[in-house]
Formats: sequence, C-alpha cells, structure tokens
Amino acid sequence: MDGAGNQRVVTPEYMFFEAPRTRSYITGSEAANEAVRRANVDIAIAYPITPQSETMQQVGELYGEGYLKDYYRAEDEVGAFSAISGASRTGVRCLTASSGPGLMRGLEVIASWPGHRLPLVFLIMCRAINAPLSIQPDNLELGYMLLTGNIVLHAENQQDFFDYTLAGFVISEKCEVTLPVAVAVDGFFVTHARGWVEMPSAELKLPGRDGYSEAVPMIDNENPPIRIARDAPIQKSNFISYQMHAAWQQEVHAAQERARPWVARYLDELIEVTNPEAETMIVASGSAVSQSREALRRAEEMGTKLGLIKIKSLRPFPREELRQACRNAKHIIVPEFNCAGWLNREVRATLYGCADLHIADGPRVFGGITMPTEMILEWACPGKQGR
Amino acid sequence: MALRTLQVAPGFMRFMPKEYQDLVENGPFGRQVKLSDVGTFKEILEEHPMCEGCAMAFFIRLALMGLPNPEHTIMVGTAGCGRMALSQAAIPFVYGNYCDTNGVATGLKRGLAIRFPEQDKDVVVMAGDGGIADIGFSQVMHSWFRKEKFTTVMLDNEVYGNTGGQESGMTCRGTMVKMAPRGKQFDKIDMLGLARTAGVAYIARLTPANPSRVVSTIRKAVLVARKIGPSYVQVYTSCNIEYSIPADKVLDDARQVEKERYGYLEIVSEEAGAYLESVAAEGGEGR
Ligand SMILES: Cc1ncc(C[n+]2csc(CCOP(=O)(O)OP(=O)(O)O)c2C)c(N)n1
Ligand code: SF4
Repeated sequence: MDGAGNQRVVTPEYMFFEAPRTRSYITGSEAANEAVRRANVDIAIAYPITPQSETMQQVGELYGEGYLKDYYRAEDEVGAFSAISGASRTGVRCLTASSGPGLMRGLEVIASWPGHRLPLVFLIMCRAINAPLSIQPDNLELGYMLLTGNIVLHAENQQDFFDYTLAGFVISEKCEVTLPVAVAVDGFFVTHARGWVEMPSAELKLPGRDGYSEAVPMIDNENPPIRIARDAPIQKSNFISYQMHAAWQQEVHAAQERARPWVARYLDELIEVTNPEAETMIVASGSAVSQSREALRRAEEMGTKLGLIKIKSLRPFPREELRQACRNAKHIIVPEFNCAGWLNREVRATLYGCADLHIADGPRVFGGITMPTEMILEWACPGKQGR
Repeated sequence: MALRTLQVAPGFMRFMPKEYQDLVENGPFGRQVKLSDVGTFKEILEEHPMCEGCAMAFFIRLALMGLPNPEHTIMVGTAGCGRMALSQAAIPFVYGNYCDTNGVATGLKRGLAIRFPEQDKDVVVMAGDGGIADIGFSQVMHSWFRKEKFTTVMLDNEVYGNTGGQESGMTCRGTMVKMAPRGKQFDKIDMLGLARTAGVAYIARLTPANPSRVVSTIRKAVLVARKIGPSYVQVYTSCNIEYSIPADKVLDDARQVEKERYGYLEIVSEEAGAYLESVAAEGGEGR
C-alpha cells in the first residue's frame, strides 16, 4: 500500500492556516496518529509503554499502509532513542515516543539530542514515575525534560495534541532551531479520552525534511567537508574543551530562544489568556488547563471573575508573556499534576521581583488523582470556599 | 556522489591546508588501496593522541585501509580509547553516549537506506570491549537479532583502558585489574559464540600481528554487512599501559596471545561465503 503516494504535499502555512478542516470525535492517541499521517514522517522507532503504546502501534499501521518508510519496535528506550538519533543524523524525518519510566530510562540519550542538534519529534504521554510502579497520569517526568535543551510543548487536549505534533516537525527542522521537539500530553486524561478534533484532509501532507537547509550538516558522506564529524570529541581537560562545551550549550539555549517566533506562529502564541483583567490568575499547562476552565465557569456563576493563563510552551518558556499577563494580578495559583510543582517554580522564577503579588504553592494532585474543580476554587477563592 | 564532496573548487585549492590537498590528491577514496601501497597514499588516519605503541591505534590504522569504500563509510564509536583516533580520521565519525553504538548505527543505516536507495552506504561500529560486551551488550545483541546490515568491531583490550584499567566482561578469568581486587571471578564473555547464536553472517577473531589479514578481514566484514547481514570482528588490541607491555614488545605480545588463545578464526554463513566468493571472482574486492 502506498498511503503517502496518494497524498498531496502542501506548505506548512497552508496545512496549518488555510486548509479546510473537518471535525472528528477521537482520542488523544488517535489525534497524534492523525498528525503523524499528515507529517510525511520517514521513520518511527519506539518501545511500548502505557499510555504511549496506543499511538505508536497505530503508527505501525500507518507504516503498513505506506505512510512511513521505516518503523520498528526497539529493544528498549535507550535503544529506541539511540537509533532515532542515528536516523536523524542522516536527514530523514524522525518520530519516537514514550511515557514516564521509559522517558526516565532514556534520559541520558534524550539529554544528548539537543547537543547533537537532532531534529525529531518526541511524543510524551505522561505517566507516573517513581515507586510504587504506576501507570497513572502524573507529569513529574516533564520536570526532568525542562533541563535537557529539548523544546517542550505541553498539549491541553486532543486538538492540541494533533496541532502541536504536526507543528513540532516543522519547528524542529527550522534552520535556526535544529533541535528536537518534545510534545507532551497528560496520559489517559487526554490519550484515552475522546474529544473533538478539527483536522485538515488526510490527503494532505507536509513537505519532506530538507536536511540541506538545517544548521548542522547531515552525516551521509555527501556533505562537504568530509573531514569534520559533527560530533565533537572534547573529552580532553583543557581550556579548548571547556570553551567548546560551554559554547555548545549556549548555542543550544540560543536555538531554543530562536524557536520562539516559530512556536508563536504555529501554536498561536506561547500562552493563551482568559480574563486578563482578573486579580486572581490561574497559571496552568496540559490538562490542568481544562480543569481550570471549568473552575472559571463555576466562579463566574458565583459572581467571581478568575483569570487563566494557559502555558503552551514550557521550553522556550513564555517569560515576557507571563509577566505581561500578570501585571494586574494580585494572587496566582498554579494547579499541577505532579508533586514537585515544576511549573510553580518556573512561574515563581519568572515573576520574581516583577510584580507585587502572591503566588500560592499549589494546588497539586499526583499519583494519577484527578483534580476536582472544587480544589482549584478553594485555592483561587479561599474565602468563598471556606479555606 | 560523495567523492565530489571531497573536491575543492579549483580556485580555492591552493588556500586549503596542505593536509587536505593531500587527501584530495592522494587519499584512498574511490580506489582500492593495499597494505603494500602504504607510503604511496595519504592515509585516513595519521596523527592521533593514543598512547605510544598502542596496539589499538595500530589496528585502527590498518582497519581503515580495509574499508572497501571509505568515501561512502560512516564510523560509529563511543566512550573508550578508540574514539580518540577515530575522531581524527578523514571519515565521518559519530560519537554519542557510552552504550549506544549499535542503536545509533541501526538508525544511521536505515536512514541512509531511505535517502540513498541506489547507493551502498557502509556503517562500521568500532568500540571497546566494555562498550560492546558490557554497557552496550543489549544494543549489540539486538542489532544482530534484527539482522541489521552493518559491521561491529570490538577493540578487545580486555580492560577499561580509557577510565584507567578496570575489569571488563572480556577480561580473562583470574586477572587482577582495578575493581577486581581478587582477580576476575568469571570467564571472558563468549561474544563469538553469541554472535553465532544470533545468526551473524560473518564472524572473525584476530590480532593485529598479521597486518594484511586485518585489512582483508575488515574488507570482507564490511562487504558482507553491505549485502548479506550483520558482521562481527573481534580483535585483540592489548592495552600496553594497563597490562604493562613495553611499547616495542606490543606485537610480540600479540603474536604470543594469538598463538595461545586468540588464533585467527572465521565463521562465515553459507550465504556470506558464496557472496564473498562471487566478489573475489569478479575482481578481487573480497580478497
Ligand atoms: C553512561 C556512561 N557510563 C560510564 C562511562 C565511563 N566510561 C567511559 S569509557 C569507559 C570504559 C571504556 O572501556 P572500553 O569500552 O573497554 O574501551 P577502552 O577504553 O578499553 O578502549 C567507561 C566506563 C561513560 N562515559 N558513560
Ligand atoms: S590506555 Fe591502553 S588502550 Fe588506551 S590508548 Fe593507552 S595503551 Fe591504548
């Protein structure tokens, strides 16, 4: 079967902004798979883990139908992430995915992708890490991802998971970016639940990867100069090596910064603000945003206006946008699905010294517990909820 | 084609470093070189920072002469001594994390097959015994089970050379090295047997004591990996520092070890054997 052969290549601009869309009622896993179908992916390599497996086994079917050129189940996550790094070096479009423990197992490799300047998309279907073993939704693993140099986008719902995945490939392969893009979504709440997703026709696909226009040459023996391997050996202890490693890391972070305009363009800004004039602002990412939307609705019924700032991009982090959006706020709460409060730390670090406001240290649920709207309201409107 | 990428626009040639000019004019690219040609062509590896008299460095130099098409070859290495030389060679070299060689090589090979369906691109892993048999064991074995078409070369110095001489799975039983204070408690891992079990198409064991055999073995291993299936070459490359072998006695040691326990061995699948014969009949590439 030649699924991809029956598709028409369109520009990202047409795909994202102009192509007519139709609505489907599908799970988050299916939404990601539909994005992959339209993304002109060459190779996908992954190791199964709940809740990621749904998508990656569907991608296997896409391969069977001729939408991808290569696909296999790796021996484990270190093997999968290493192999996808090899494939990315050759200039083909690459996809991998994992969840909680799988991500932690492969973290050494994940943290080396940005330094090797490897465009690829890494889907993260968040799942609890730590002991006792659990498959439940808890996104503590994203706290680790924030330090790796990867671009990290956090999808709220099925629609976002479709849009961010498709956009991820384009952002990742931009010359001034040339970095891996992780697209995270909260497991089960989104991956295994249905929602409405508007998608362009499955007969359209993105243009293929053009490795010749990226920041770092492909390793294919067709790129001059042959002499320079792109993986610098700098394990000598001397000032040249310190300097090189420092410059390398600075450049990764600079590339993250240069991704901002592209993230803003394809995700419609790095944040979304509801009720910007409100004194109490909820700052959230992922499915905590959906819970917060409900809290806004309930508060409004009680006569209270709450504000909501949805963080779409965790790396690059929307620092200026957040400061602007919080300039009228007096009180901020940060609902999260993890015990460490990594988003809370980001918010505190960003707003420190910028405004005279109070940032609550929560609310947080973890271990897979859902976040009741009442809990958000208790934190957002303490008096009214008897807290 | 890749050879063109070596060339320099005519007006610029005189501004290139002498060494580069030499590579373009006298390198082994696009032609077969023989061991007896040494001295008449510019080698892929010349200078490197490995220890004086290191057998591994000597082997790598020879092995690079064995590559049938260096202009279409990519080397993959990892943490360990060998990458210090490999990263100086006039061939693209990929150096990722310790353990990842055979995963990375899998991705490289498959990616290159997608982009260049008409052009053979050879991928060769060269890593230490620790990199292959200990930390990288799983990826090595699985690349063999999956029948990935690339060559794996183990630089077996029977110790962790680069980190200062700790025990590896390939250290001989009873040997006293760092982290084996009572001598190693278990046998050298039988990677050759495991390769055979996994269905590796071409398997060879050797030492650098016979240089022309190094060249021909590598050539055969790469050719088999290109057309038939995975190939594995395990070479004794003594660490003269950790095993206290005087630099001028390194080859004597190799001969001795070859005689005692590291004799030349080839295990060739039927298909690989037939292929090598056909190549030899056509013009001696498989020599
Ligand atoms: C994940 C990881 N663990 C450990 C190390 C440390 N390390 C670097 S090289 C090496 C041993 C190298 O031994 P071997 O692979 O046999 O190669 P040799 O140096 O002997 O050629 C070790 C343990 C590392 N770089 N990365
Ligand atoms: S430590 Fe041993 S293996 Fe490493 S370069 Fe020196 S002699 Fe060679």
